Amino acid sequence: MPVRIQTEDFDVGAEIAALRRGNPTIGAIASFIGLVRDANEGERVTEMTLEHYPGMTEKALAKIVDEAKARWNIIDVLVVHRVGTLHPCDQIVLVIVSGAHRGEAFAACEFVMDYLKTQAPFWKKEQTPAGGRWVDARTSDDAAAERWARQEKAQ
Amino acid sequence: MDNSDLVKSLSSAPVEAGAVTILYFARLKEAFGRGSERLALPSSVATVGALREFLRARGGAWEVELAATKPVRVAVNQEMVAPLTPLNPGDEVAFFPPVTGG
Repeated sequence: MPVRIQTEDFDVGAEIAALRRGNPTIGAIASFIGLVRDANEGERVTEMTLEHYPGMTEKALAKIVDEAKARWNIIDVLVVHRVGTLHPCDQIVLVIVSGAHRGEAFAACEFVMDYLKTQAPFWKKEQTPAGGRWVDARTSDDAAAERWARQEKAQ
Repeated sequence: MDNSDLVKSLSSAPVEAGAVTILYFARLKEAFGRGSERLALPSSVATVGALREFLRARGGAWEVELAATKPVRVAVNQEMVAPLTPLNPGDEVAFFPPVTGG
């Protein structure tokens, strides 16, 4: 299963080892790990709760992985996303892409994250000294995803 | 009939014709005080956009959160869709704010 939603933490080393185990065609692995920061929009963040839409989340992520595999010559993709209550320094999300060469692995990894940010139904609520607040979507995230759509049209 | 029979007859009752399941997430779930509801659609409500208008007419938090100026996303059967998307009986319709995962 290339997509997992879980409350527990993940072990990046163990996940990479499992993904590449015994496959001599893999020449490159690119990974991304998203972490909880202790500040956002000028406020201190003490805690973050991640909500999602069970069912749709898995479908949306699987679709993003399929699209990455269709666009680039890559071998495997793993996406792990945590939900529930997290704290600063906690890991939130992991994307691992394996391929024969680094260029396609790097590109596909960035693509999966950019699409996840705008297409996968997760929502963050932060606790700050002033109280709880839902995180607003960033227009820079839309722009990052839009970049890939433009590239596809240009091809 | 005793209680267990009642439960059985309720759980096997056919779903009302024309009803959809509506889900709300994140800020919307909090504002509306509910995560889901079942709603029999009036014949005038044939699209996602029309359903949003229908819910907005409830007033209060519904009017505020579903105002045309608010960036609300809608999924039908777990796929994000545009406002003109038609609705069918049995659909699962979800309303939520722009996503903020990652």
